[in-house]
Amino acid sequence: MSSRFRAASAAMLLLALAACDREERQARGAPLPEGPPLAAGTDPRAKDYENNAYHVAQGQRLYAWMNCVGCHAHGGGSIGPPLMDSQWRYGGSMEDIVRTILHGRPNGMPSFDQKLTEQQVWQLAAYVRSLSAQPRQDVLPSREDAMSSTEPLTTRSREDVEPSQPERDQGRPK
Amino acid sequence: MTRRALPVLVSLALGGCDGIQSMTGGDGFHAEKFNGLFTLFMVVTGISYVLVLAFLAAAVLRRRRAEADERRAGDDRGLGMALLGWIGFILVGLTILTIGSYFVDRSAAKAAAAPRPLEIIVTANQWWWDVQYVDPTPANTIRTANELHLPVGVPVHISLKSNDVIHSFWVPNVAGKQDMIPGRDIDIVLKPTKAGHYRGQCAEFCGTQHAHMALDVIVEPVAAFNAWRAASLRPAPAPVTALQQAGYTYVMNRECSACHAIGGTPASGQVAPDLTHFASRRSIAAGTFPMTRGHLYAWVADPQGAKPGNNMPYVGLQANELHAVVAYLETLK
Repeated sequence: MSSRFRAASAAMLLLALAACDREERQARGAPLPEGPPLAAGTDPRAKDYENNAYHVAQGQRLYAWMNCVGCHAHGGGSIGPPLMDSQWRYGGSMEDIVRTILHGRPNGMPSFDQKLTEQQVWQLAAYVRSLSAQPRQDVLPSREDAMSSTEPLTTRSREDVEPSQPERDQGRPK
Repeated sequence: MTRRALPVLVSLALGGCDGIQSMTGGDGFHAEKFNGLFTLFMVVTGISYVLVLAFLAAAVLRRRRAEADERRAGDDRGLGMALLGWIGFILVGLTILTIGSYFVDRSAAKAAAAPRPLEIIVTANQWWWDVQYVDPTPANTIRTANELHLPVGVPVHISLKSNDVIHSFWVPNVAGKQDMIPGRDIDIVLKPTKAGHYRGQCAEFCGTQHAHMALDVIVEPVAAFNAWRAASLRPAPAPVTALQQAGYTYVMNRECSACHAIGGTPASGQVAPDLTHFASRRSIAAGTFPMTRGHLYAWVADPQGAKPGNNMPYVGLQANELHAVVAYLETLK
C-alpha cells in the first residue's frame, strides 16, 4: 500500500467521522441565570435555541402541555391569532415572542412568567417560530399527529364494524 | 483466568432469576402458566438436544470402529430402527408441545374473559407511568404515578396507553410484556397470586432515560388494597408549619403547579405525575431514587442533574425555597 493511499484513506475516515459530531443538548440551559430578553435581534440566546432541534422539539411538547392549542390551534389560530402566517402583532423575533409569552398581551394572552422556566419560554418561542418555517429546515420537528385530518387506520381498530346494508335499502331499482 | 471468571459469570446470569423483578418468580396467574409451559418446552427440547448429541457420538464411534475393523464397514443394523424411533419422538414431542401451548393459551384467555372488578388505565410517558383507577363514579377515580397497587387473586383489567413513543409494560413476576403504542388502547389482564413488592420496567427502548423507567407494583390482600384506595381518595393534607406553608405557596404560585396536580389544592396540571400522596410512594422519578429526604432535595433542586433529559425543568430554587418546597412535599401522604 502506498503511503499516499494510506494518507488519503486516513483523511477520508476523518471526514466520515466528522459527521458523528452531535448537536449539543443542554438539559439545564447555559449560562445560568439567564435574565430577561434583550432588544429584538440582539440576544445571543435566540440563535442557540432556534437552531437546536432538541429545543424546538421540547417547545413543541410545551405547546401542547401548556394548552397553547386552546386559543392558537395548531398554528392556524382560532380565539387567538394564527402563528403560522407572516403577521406578528407584537414582533416576530425570538426576543419579541419570548417577551409575549413571559408577560402576556392585551385581549387574552396570559403571562407565563414564573409558570415556565426561562429555558422553557425560549424553547416555546423557538417552536412558535418554527410554525412559520423560519428556523433551519434540518432543525424543524415533524408535524404533530393531531394535525393529520384523518385518523390513521391503526388507531381505529376498536370501532364497531357497521353491518353492510342490503341493496334494496338503498332505494336502487333491482 | 477463565476458571476464576466462570463462577462470576454464572452467578451474574442466575442473579436475574430471583427477587422483585424475576422471570421465574411466578407470582401471578399468567406468569405461573407460562413458567409451566417454559418447563415443558425445556424438557422436550432438552431431551431432543441430548438425543441429537447421542446420534452424533454414535456416528463418530461407528466410523472409528469401521476403520479399525474392515469387516464392520457397511454394517447398518439398527439404523432403520433408530430412524423410526427418532421420527416417533419428533411426532410425540411436537404433539405434546402443541397440546401444552393450546391449554395454556385457553386458560389465559379464560382468565381474561372472567369478570374484572378492577379497571386501571396505565399511560406511559417519557419516562414515568401515569396510573389511573377508573370508577363509574368520576369522583372516585384515583390518579397516581409510578406505583401500581393490586389486590391478591383479583383479575385486573389494565388499559395501556402511551403519550409519546412506544413503551412496553412488563412486570416479570406477574405477567409478560405488552407494548404500549401511541394512539392505541391495548388491554392486558393481570391476576397476581402472591402478595409482595415487585418491580415493573419499561421493556422497549424509549429514550435516554429508558433504564430509569420503573414501576413499583405492590400486591396486597384485598382489605389492605381497599384501605389504600380509600386513603388515596382523600385530598392532600393542608400545610401546618410556617415552613410547610411557604412551600405550599411556592408550589401553588410557581412552575410546579403548571404541570403537577395536587388533590384538594389549586394545583391542577395534567402533564406530570400527580403529587396528591407523593410522600407515601416508595420511590422518586419512576424508581430512580428511593423516597428519602436526601434524594428528594437532590431531585427538586436539580432534576436535570439527577435524571438528565427528563421533562422536569431546572427551576433554580433558592436555598430557603428548596427547604420550604421539600418540607411541603413531605407532608403529602
